[in-house]
Amino acid sequence: MIDFGFSFSPSSRINLDKADKEKFLSLAALEPDVLKCMACGSCSASCTAGAFEDTSVRKAILSLQNGLSDDAVKLLNHCMLCGKCTMVCPRGINTRHLILSIQKIYGK
Amino acid sequence: MIYLLTSNILQISPEGIIDRYPNSYNHFVLPFVIGISFILVYLFIGLVRILYHLTGEDRIKLLKSLFKPKTAWKNIKDIFCDCLLHTKIWKRKPLLGYMHSAIAFGWFLLIVVGHIEVWLFAPRHLSGLTEGSLYYPIFYRFFIWINPAHETLRGSVFFFIMDFLLLYVLSGIGLAMFKRVRSIALGMRHTTKPSLADRVALYSLWLIFPLRLLAEGFTADLSGGGFLTRPLNWVFRAFFGNELNFLPTWWAYSICLGLFFLAMPFSRYMHILTEPLLILMRNAGLKVRKPRKGFAEAEIYACSSCGLCLDACPMNVQKKNLKYSSVYFIRFLRRHNKRKTREIADKCLMCGKCYALCPVGVNSPAIRRALRETQNNNIKCDYSYLEDASSKSSATLAGKAGGKILYFAGCMSHLTPVIIKSVETILKASGQDYEFMDRNEGICCGRPLMLAGRTEAAQKTIQANSRIIRESGCTTLLVSCPICLKIFKEEYSLNGIEVIHYTQLVDRLIKEGKLKVSKSSSAIVYHDPCELGRGCGIYEEPRNVLSSVAELKKASKERDESICCGYSMGTLTLDEKDKAKIAESSVTSLMAENPDEIVTACPMCYRAIRSKAEVPVKDFAEIVCENIEK
Repeated sequence: MIDFGFSFSPSSRINLDKADKEKFLSLAALEPDVLKCMACGSCSASCTAGAFEDTSVRKAILSLQNGLSDDAVKLLNHCMLCGKCTMVCPRGINTRHLILSIQKIYGK
Repeated sequence: MIYLLTSNILQISPEGIIDRYPNSYNHFVLPFVIGISFILVYLFIGLVRILYHLTGEDRIKLLKSLFKPKTAWKNIKDIFCDCLLHTKIWKRKPLLGYMHSAIAFGWFLLIVVGHIEVWLFAPRHLSGLTEGSLYYPIFYRFFIWINPAHETLRGSVFFFIMDFLLLYVLSGIGLAMFKRVRSIALGMRHTTKPSLADRVALYSLWLIFPLRLLAEGFTADLSGGGFLTRPLNWVFRAFFGNELNFLPTWWAYSICLGLFFLAMPFSRYMHILTEPLLILMRNAGLKVRKPRKGFAEAEIYACSSCGLCLDACPMNVQKKNLKYSSVYFIRFLRRHNKRKTREIADKCLMCGKCYALCPVGVNSPAIRRALRETQNNNIKCDYSYLEDASSKSSATLAGKAGGKILYFAGCMSHLTPVIIKSVETILKASGQDYEFMDRNEGICCGRPLMLAGRTEAAQKTIQANSRIIRESGCTTLLVSCPICLKIFKEEYSLNGIEVIHYTQLVDRLIKEGKLKVSKSSSAIVYHDPCELGRGCGIYEEPRNVLSSVAELKKASKERDESICCGYSMGTLTLDEKDKAKIAESSVTSLMAENPDEIVTACPMCYRAIRSKAEVPVKDFAEIVCENIEK
């Protein structure tokens, strides 16, 4: 490769066509609370596992909406299901079941 | 007397007892014999199947326990008290207890005394199957002719006892019929919807005893009878005048018995035969490992489907949730209905109230957890970070906590800083040396993972925490969250380090005189958290302390009947609205005597009750703190 003194950064474009909509629909059927999130971030702020590793329900839901399911699963890998996020969620989202459902549907 | 005349071989015993039939056989015994043979074969196969599915270790444990004098004695006591007398039901609902023990214990005695009677007066018929030992003692009154001139006092005593026992059973049956119409009169708001097999068995059970009375009434002039059957015989004589009626009633009696035994394995009445096995297995210390096999199968068949768990379940504050109760869970499990059992298992709060109130002691929360395990245990996860975290934590604590109290607040207490603050104030005020294990970052205790059925994942957090606790050198582990307490006590092996809840510690400090509290004038009520009360059996300590800091009122349901706050870690799929309804019902129960404040000892209950109560809600540590004498 010839060095032109500059390079391309990888594209941050999201190809929603590649996202598996069926999976998201089945997730929403299993745990409809996934549609309730308003991305306030209370869950991430209180997360027990978040003190050690990058763990966030908010980010995971956003990733799913953006079709980045692998990122979502990675963000929930370290979760200890302690339930703090359920307690603090202002929308009353059943985060523990949501996390389990995401792991079951996308984690394979 | 036509039957008497046709018999050519008469067996005359010294008591003046004559067999009315050659070979002591009549076709009417067939339905009963078929039924009893079927149930005996079914029982044998079922027993073999259950034992086969136990692990080898469990089988040996069970076998050994049978020969340990202490367990053997407990087995006998439990079988007598639980299967026959039903002491557990008596204690909570006396009328229901009377009903059940009348049927169970009365029937048992009828069989036993009936056999003793045969053993005394016609022992030949107990000697083998060819002599009719399977059915003869049951239909003794049909086959026998007693010369009234030879009737002895001994025989008359038996007539009286048998009639008395029959009356005892009939009174129970009468109550049972009344319960079908108005269950609330016997203390049950909801009762189970019977399945088809249940109905067949139920109606034949109801008919067995009245038919027995009729049948024995018809033959009372030949076989002798007591205060029930003899007057009945006079009445029948006056109305019918001949003996042609009595064979059909004996047929009907036998058919009902046969039908009952045939329907038994498919109905709730299998609990009669399975409960003794469950008691043996439970006393041997076996645990549920698989949701449908082995020990769990014994639990499933021992469920009497009585429906006491329907009123117990906190979810049933809404009628739509009745279908998630333990009784239906067990029923669907028995029918191998995977979809429904999974749905119910995920819905449950795991508060353990159904288990605490179950007259048989079916541990359905444990079965639900085992079922969740089959669904969730294989979820992929990455807990590699726990090792680093635990070594870091160990390093900071090492040497510092030696011989002291180690305080583990747990995830939930960190959401309610008032608890942590109050616990620390109490520890300082009473001059206790302590170290904080998870002030900034802590690892979850593993109970929430365990409840979700992710046992393997839970083991990893348990290992990480165990290492920190063991290496700290502490003597006591203090926790302020009952959820943590339960798993620390059950799953952690901590080399003799005492695990203690802060309610226990405060109680101890006050008794030792290290903490002085004054009594305020406010009236309070205490909410028993599920995991602390039913989970760990701690009811007295918090009450001791609270009655010395304020005037303690009663809730309408408390101790092991306390209503879950609804926000338990146990449930996976219960939604916010249902949780709120349960919290409301819990608060209603707490407000029964109009207290000024509600006190609880669990961060989850604290948050849940606070969101619904109209009076101030305080944590246990908080109210103790307010009343420390300076």
